[in-house]
Amino acid sequence: MAVDAKIVAQVAHLARVEIDDASVAGFATEMTNVLDLAGQMDEVDTSQVEPMAHPLHAVQRLRPDVVTESDQREAFQSQAPAVDGGYYLVPQVIE
Amino acid sequence: MQWETVIGLEIHAQLATRSKIFSASSTQFGAEVNSQANAVDLGMPGVLPVLNIEAVHMAIKFALATNAEIGKRSVFARKNYFYPDLPKGYQISQMALPIVGQGTVEVTLDDGVVKTVGLTRAHLEEDAGKSVHDLFHGQTGVDLNRAGTPLLEIVSEPDMRSAREAVAYARKIHSIVRYIDICDGNMQEGSFRCDANVSVRPVGTETLGTRAEIKNVNSFRFLERAINFEVERQIDVLESGGTVVQETRLYDADNDETRSMRSKEEANDYRYFPDPDLLPVVVEDSLIEELSQSMPELPEARCGRFVSEFQLSEYDAGVLTADRATADYFESVLATSGASAKLVSSWIGGELFSRLNKDGLELPESPVTADRFSGLMSRIHDNTISGKIAKQILDHMWGSDADVDAIIDREGLRQISDSSEIEKMIDDVIEANPSQLAEYRQGKEKLLAYFVGQVMKASRGKANPGQLNEMLREKLKG
Repeated sequence: MAVDAKIVAQVAHLARVEIDDASVAGFATEMTNVLDLAGQMDEVDTSQVEPMAHPLHAVQRLRPDVVTESDQREAFQSQAPAVDGGYYLVPQVIE
Repeated sequence: MQWETVIGLEIHAQLATRSKIFSASSTQFGAEVNSQANAVDLGMPGVLPVLNIEAVHMAIKFALATNAEIGKRSVFARKNYFYPDLPKGYQISQMALPIVGQGTVEVTLDDGVVKTVGLTRAHLEEDAGKSVHDLFHGQTGVDLNRAGTPLLEIVSEPDMRSAREAVAYARKIHSIVRYIDICDGNMQEGSFRCDANVSVRPVGTETLGTRAEIKNVNSFRFLERAINFEVERQIDVLESGGTVVQETRLYDADNDETRSMRSKEEANDYRYFPDPDLLPVVVEDSLIEELSQSMPELPEARCGRFVSEFQLSEYDAGVLTADRATADYFESVLATSGASAKLVSSWIGGELFSRLNKDGLELPESPVTADRFSGLMSRIHDNTISGKIAKQILDHMWGSDADVDAIIDREGLRQISDSSEIEKMIDDVIEANPSQLAEYRQGKEKLLAYFVGQVMKASRGKANPGQLNEMLREKLKG
């Protein structure tokens, strides 16, 4: 599959990554190469293989429904760029 | 042109676990801001989610209650989007292999018709945090206490054809999740949220119209109004030659309208993929068997039993079993009071509910517990008090902790069933009303009610009404 400039721009937007126009062509080539590499697997006959969501043949372990965490807000918020009144502050988000 | 409305609902039911779905933080509502957000909830690097067993059990119970397929092997996936109240940059949800597959619920509509609504699926996911936009100048505050709270997203087929049907379905789901005790159903606190996918199409056509999704509806009443507004809006757009845009719309209760929120054109760009941090969840048959043993009696079964066991009407049984708290209250009162099912049913549906409605209370918050209410029913049943006096006593009970007998004694409300005492009052009234007596004896029999009223008044409402009627008729004959 060939990735064009439009797809690069769209993926960049979804990932909220800023890329300058000069690097678009390079990204398009690299992404195409990655997809082509993965595409080689399409040639393998997988009709007899169960689809898997995880490479390990293991199942999820579950934990009991018990509260064991205590309030560590102060420790967490000491690393945050901006806090006020217990809230984490971010640039205004307007719907 | 005649239009047909098509509605599907997505209901997010907050599961009533003590801890979060992937972390051991508390899910308690109303805690101090960010005091229940730990490293996992904050999306700190290096942390791993560990699934809460109770959330899995609750999802399976829901499947059992809705005759739904159980995903014996379900998979969590990452739904990727950016928003400040979602610190990881993705929500852990389920996509291709949900824990609950297709099911059905029976919904009784206003006219008594029972409609079967299809469930597409129900899946487990984590809730996001809360953004506060109006507290800080030029900035948004984020509270992550809610982040990671377990949700069961229940998706219906587009089977509803009117706002009323959609509300009846939503109420039914609400009733089910409360019966099986997996969600507290509190809509004000956001524990039970309904999003409605609404579209219209010309009557007789099969193709679905373009839909709009309505969010932010926190009561059944608003759900009905929001859908009705949206249907009118879409018909107006189409009839004036426009096209409906697929988008998310917010319901604004103050202005009773829906408003465009954000375009969902990127809706297919969540780039779901299996979450590598979580292994597939396998549900063994033995677990399903164990959980189905623990299932409580569900609304339909209980309603049917109330009809057959207590000879209640379908309607009364339906009212009493619509939620579990009411049905439990009824059965508790019935078992302890000795009063008839019909009496208890009419008192709960009438006097008790009207007082709760007036004070804006739910049954579990009733100032009169089942125990005390049972005492009141006993005293009506054994003729200590009349129904009329019982209403006064219920008012007294509403405002105090006193039990029925204490109030009866304190207020001197014991019913007068002593026939000599009633006879004396009847004699006095007859003597004081010679002209009415004469008229009655000439055939004006509706004056009986006048005499009953006078004697009741003399007894301050306490005369046993049955006895009074009977004795009065005798006396009036002369």
